[in-house]
Amino acid sequence: MLGAIRRRVGGPQSLLNTVLKCKSGLEPTAAAWTSGGRRNASEMTVRDALNSAIDEEMAADSKVFIIGEEVGEYQGAYKVTKGLLQKFGPDRVLDTPITEAGFTGIGVGSAFYGLKPIVEFMTFNFAMQAIDHIINSAAKTHYMSGGKIEVPIVFRGPNGAAAGVAAQHSQCFAAWYGACPGLKVLAPYNAEDARGLLKAAIRDPDPVVFLENELMYGETFTVSDEVLDPSFTLPIGKAKVERQGTDLTMTAFSKMVGTCLKAAEELAKEGISVEVINLRSIRPLDRATINASVRKTSRLLTVEEGWPQHGVGAEICASVVEQSFEYLDAPIERICGADVPMPYAANLERLAVPQLEDIIRAAKRVCYRSTQQRAAA
Amino acid sequence: MATRGLRVLAKSSTPLLRRTLSNSISETRPCARILDAECSGAAALPARGSCGVPARSYGSATNRTADTELSKNWSKTPPAARRLSGEPEKAFSDDEDHEILDYPGAKTNFTHEMTFIPETAAEPVPCFRLLNDFGQPLPWAKLPQMDAELATKIYRNMVNLQTMDAIFYEAQRQGRFSFYLTTHGEEAINIASAAALSPQDVVFTQYREPGILMWRGFTMQDFADQCFGNAADLGKGRQMPVHYGSRELNCPTLSSPIATQLPQAVGAAYGLKMSRKDACSVAYFGDGASSEGDFHAALNFAAILETPTIFICRNNGWAISTPTNDQFRSDGIVVKGRGYGIRSIRVDGMDTLALYCAVKEARKIAIEESRPVLIEALSYRVGHHSTSDDSSKYRKKAEIEHWKLVRDPVNRFKKWIEAQGWWDAKSEKAIRSEARSSVIAAMNKAGQKQKPELSNLFTDVYDSLPSNLREQELQLRDVIAKYPRGYPTDVPL
Repeated sequence: MLGAIRRRVGGPQSLLNTVLKCKSGLEPTAAAWTSGGRRNASEMTVRDALNSAIDEEMAADSKVFIIGEEVGEYQGAYKVTKGLLQKFGPDRVLDTPITEAGFTGIGVGSAFYGLKPIVEFMTFNFAMQAIDHIINSAAKTHYMSGGKIEVPIVFRGPNGAAAGVAAQHSQCFAAWYGACPGLKVLAPYNAEDARGLLKAAIRDPDPVVFLENELMYGETFTVSDEVLDPSFTLPIGKAKVERQGTDLTMTAFSKMVGTCLKAAEELAKEGISVEVINLRSIRPLDRATINASVRKTSRLLTVEEGWPQHGVGAEICASVVEQSFEYLDAPIERICGADVPMPYAANLERLAVPQLEDIIRAAKRVCYRSTQQRAAA
Repeated sequence: MATRGLRVLAKSSTPLLRRTLSNSISETRPCARILDAECSGAAALPARGSCGVPARSYGSATNRTADTELSKNWSKTPPAARRLSGEPEKAFSDDEDHEILDYPGAKTNFTHEMTFIPETAAEPVPCFRLLNDFGQPLPWAKLPQMDAELATKIYRNMVNLQTMDAIFYEAQRQGRFSFYLTTHGEEAINIASAAALSPQDVVFTQYREPGILMWRGFTMQDFADQCFGNAADLGKGRQMPVHYGSRELNCPTLSSPIATQLPQAVGAAYGLKMSRKDACSVAYFGDGASSEGDFHAALNFAAILETPTIFICRNNGWAISTPTNDQFRSDGIVVKGRGYGIRSIRVDGMDTLALYCAVKEARKIAIEESRPVLIEALSYRVGHHSTSDDSSKYRKKAEIEHWKLVRDPVNRFKKWIEAQGWWDAKSEKAIRSEARSSVIAAMNKAGQKQKPELSNLFTDVYDSLPSNLREQELQLRDVIAKYPRGYPTDVPL
């Protein structure tokens, strides 16, 4: 039948899939779809963490469904929804035409009715075409309707810089969505974050913006059995102290957490003990954890890939100045992406995004501005 | 020799391949292929070219024939309801190229004639109506089953709506509340369509359809409370006036951005379909809203997802000051339905009976066939866009007066129910004064009620009150305790 054979791209199963794809029910089972992400029970890629979270929540609650471009037949633009169409069918996994405004509006409308949609954006850059629905239809409706209409919706997709995709595919939206009351905004870093936060987001009655990172999808992390349990969730609004320290607090989210941890390793060799906070939640921001840490270390460095003006770091600075001013021994520094649209050329792109060296240098600056000089190694 | 793999068939030969064409495929225009003059067999075919292309009859495969048919039959056939239905057009005639195009984007026959589909059909889509401007049934009209109880209920609601609008509009002008907009000229669209729906149908309105809520039981007091934003307002004083909503009555609270309710209605319909309810979703919108991207996305999606959604467009001629000629160049909105594969009808929006019939039938189609339906209800926006507008600045007062007095849909329906013997001058006097007094009473009562209490500033941002808002509320209460004179007296703590 002409047109019945669909092209499948990527992955070792692609040829097999092409042959098997027919409406005759010969689709491979979901189990056959997993490809090398789980080497053993305690290691997991971020991609598989997200996939398993969605899978388990869809199995547990028939109201949960996925809508977005390429989420079904193509197995997800980044393969996050791999196998779900085969497992749950086209009623629960909807491939849409190219209209972010359209499918976001439809997702919100179905949430008004009582379903629990997971709306996938191929990247949050494209979500700008739907941002009216995210803010005006989703975020504000519970309030504007006098609490009568709930919007239990999750908007998810890659956010921020990838590699070599330039200005219209690299913007970080954490600050924009983080400013909006009515939304919850989450940014996972590792596989445990991805699983726990996404499950919490799907179960949450409020609209949640879930900011993933394309470069983190393929990263593998060790996870405990507790994390693998289907009932595992993480609380929304709580940051995690990834590394304890005494000299300097670094806050970061998503990919930058990894860079900060590397920086902390390097700085430890020079006698600077860094406390790294993985924010996990942009809104609500865990001001208590941040401030408690700054009161301990007296110094703060905020790290993000997004633009500096009105960024996440700006809000953290304000919060610390308001609540812990007397505890600071040095001015707060913000490390951010360069205040330019993301360039394409690899050398320029590298300069536009915070690198390990930038963070280490900034950390040292923050440490040396104290009137009580801490002895450097 | 450039053959380009073309197979040219002589006129009389039987087709090489014939496949069954589905509904949508048979409506696709034949693809014009330009033949290389040097191809063998090309000489057997008529010369192409923009001038001198003979007008061929391809059955109804081209619009030109369809249009001539339409205009031919125009005066002969009574103006029965003509729907742009989903039925397939007639088969292609034999003297056409029979090779079938098999591109994934379209499956149709080829043609050697280069014909552009005209930007608009020779005749505009006719408008379904049953009563004339004087409320008399048209000679060939098939009137719906409607008893005295239903007809008078419809009429009473139209009068209530008209009265509420007139009084509330004046109240805004006097500063009682900040904003209002009326449904003058569209009372029939409001009430007749609501009467044809069922209470479990989920209705997404734009802002000019309070009659739906009124029909379903929203009281004058409910309307007034919302406009005054008092403690009894279901919306807890958070929305501008006229932004009504009621979960109980299946009308999600309306929101101001234009056309956002269209894809939302499709989403809700998807939910209804999944739960297999005997209900549909309905989305109302104006002529201006059809320009929004959401209109395109919603109709496209509804067709693809096959959702039971009724799209009702109130084409009242004006989007604030933008007349329809500046809004679109198509023959209104009804023709756009076909662009998405959606069954559509154009109705006289000031004819209560025609609207009632059309919506009832649309609901049946939507639910039984699980497909979207588009209704374009023509009317005239008698009032200004809102209290922020003075429409005499962009249209003639005489025009407004004409539509207000001569073409009033409420009056038109009154004439019909009077002719049925179900209404008289005495009932008219009674209902007019009853409507007036109940609106005024509701308004006065609403004005005296307290405003929502302070905690409502912070609740419902999220499902449960977050700690930062709890802190803010405590801070605010501290400030109020410290500086009581700066705080409004009518907001209870």
